[in-house]
Amino acid sequence: MASVPAGHGSVPLPSSAKGRSSRSPAALLLRQLFRRRLVVLSFLVMLAILAVALLAPWITPFNPMKMDILGRLKPPTAAHWFGTDEYGRDVLSRVMLGARLSLLVGLLVVVVATLLGTLLGLAAGYIRPLDGLLMRLTDALMAFPDILLAIAFMAALGPSLYNVVLALGIVYTPRVARVVRAACLVVREMPFIEAATALGASTPRIVFLHILPNLMSPILVQATFIFAYAILTEAALSFLGVGVPPTTPTWGNMIASAQQYFQQADWLILFPGCAIVLTVLSLQIVGDGLRDALDPRLQKAK
Amino acid sequence: MLVYIVRRFAGMMVVMLLVAMVVFLIARVVPGDPAAVMLGSSATPEDIAALRGRLGLDEPLLTQFLLYLGQIVRFDLGESIFLNRPVAQALAERSELTGLLTMMSVGIAMLIGVPVGILSAAKRGGLVDQTAVGLAMLAASIPSFWIGLTLIKYLAVDHAWFPVAGYGPPDADLLERMRHLVLPAIALGIPNSALILRFTRTSMLDVMSHDYVRTARAKGLPPLVVVLKHALRNAMIPILTVIGLTTAVMIAGAIVTETVFGLPGVGNLIVSAVLRRDYPVIQGALLVVSAIYVLINLTVDLLYAVVDPRVRY
Repeated sequence: MASVPAGHGSVPLPSSAKGRSSRSPAALLLRQLFRRRLVVLSFLVMLAILAVALLAPWITPFNPMKMDILGRLKPPTAAHWFGTDEYGRDVLSRVMLGARLSLLVGLLVVVVATLLGTLLGLAAGYIRPLDGLLMRLTDALMAFPDILLAIAFMAALGPSLYNVVLALGIVYTPRVARVVRAACLVVREMPFIEAATALGASTPRIVFLHILPNLMSPILVQATFIFAYAILTEAALSFLGVGVPPTTPTWGNMIASAQQYFQQADWLILFPGCAIVLTVLSLQIVGDGLRDALDPRLQKAK
Repeated sequence: MLVYIVRRFAGMMVVMLLVAMVVFLIARVVPGDPAAVMLGSSATPEDIAALRGRLGLDEPLLTQFLLYLGQIVRFDLGESIFLNRPVAQALAERSELTGLLTMMSVGIAMLIGVPVGILSAAKRGGLVDQTAVGLAMLAASIPSFWIGLTLIKYLAVDHAWFPVAGYGPPDADLLERMRHLVLPAIALGIPNSALILRFTRTSMLDVMSHDYVRTARAKGLPPLVVVLKHALRNAMIPILTVIGLTTAVMIAGAIVTETVFGLPGVGNLIVSAVLRRDYPVIQGALLVVSAIYVLINLTVDLLYAVVDPRVRY
């Protein structure tokens, strides 16, 4: 399904003359997406952060866990670009390792929320009797502010990386479900679905082979934003001490454990904070770019 | 109108019932025995049995839920395990601070978001607009707790312009207490101003593309009058919606902000309840905050008719 995200006919042809070539939908999408320089830049930043996250165990300048009590709380120097923390550990190395976990949590949350949300949204959008019940359920889940619901789940499940993923996955599922349902309601009325039904296609075949590929653009856009929100919310949970336990550094719990020292050593919060902002900002810009590049038709149906 | 209110109210009740169900289930998905978890490792089997009895954990699940609903209807949120007082009382004691903090934050977010959003729409595509939209996106990407810590470091520690933390002495007057809330309100208000700004801008752009705005311009009215009198009034509905939404979100955002600034509000109560596994407090707080959230949304919908006389239900 690699080339499907652009969807059948879901990419607006770039104004007349330019779009005459028979490029694949994915190539058209990328061209549309990279029209704005800021989006290109953000995309590159995202790739760079992702590369750091993937390679972190091999490329950190110091061992992120190695303590050096004599060299504790030292401001940034030529050797330690981001300074050292309360145990003398290299902050740059920990920020790099933190990228790994923060992005991992974000990515897994996207996977959980997108899978659950898509299934629920398709069920609500295609199976009429389920619609009312499922939508009231999403109403109920969305009646809690994100962070509060996540905290409540963490209280029940206990702090751990996978519980954070589960809690945030459930929190963001309704957002995907609503978008998928709205788009599904539009697509299911289209003539080609009627044709497929008339040809005797089974319900799963219609839903997954005919409807789902046409919903990929709104799902993709939503997934990008959820990635950004999940990183922010994970940071807040870890900051409160109910997220990922501090033994494994994430940007959020690095800031949390710096709370006692930051008044003298502001580099302890400055760098992990900048890492969060840079990541979330570039994700949001890419998300906005995607939304503009993809057909707005399906998203109008909210 | 009355029919509409009744219908919306009924819909709200259904949502609240489901909310109560979620809240009820959250304390039941705890791995292991909730009573044992709450009492910690030093508890004797008798203690656990006693707490199980008090919480009604030995009844069937449905009976437990119905009992719970019965309690809620009587505004009884149960007893805190650690604070030795009713949850409702504990919440009430802390609500002044959180309420004040939320109002101040909404005020700040509105004061930034609405005027800049209007300006941005009026100067669409210009330098001001691009800067404003860019800054809004940046603001929405910054964790509020990080803004809070940064403000503490540079404005309270380095310059002592504001108190570092806390809510002042218990007998402090309102103005003194508000002074303690200035930095927290900024930390919470800035990220949330971004959403208000973007909505205001979009809503204004939408309205300003209408014919009557062109007509108003064509007959030579000053641009300021056109923007503020003709466009703004019709752009108010989405703006109101987003302000309502933001208010609700900020009540939850206060959880994080209160922790940063060491403020004894509802958020602080929730966080310590989570760390101590004081489930009745967590459940009560969840229920109250989501009820406020739902009520705010309903109020905003009903306000539409006041703002826009064309809206009839």
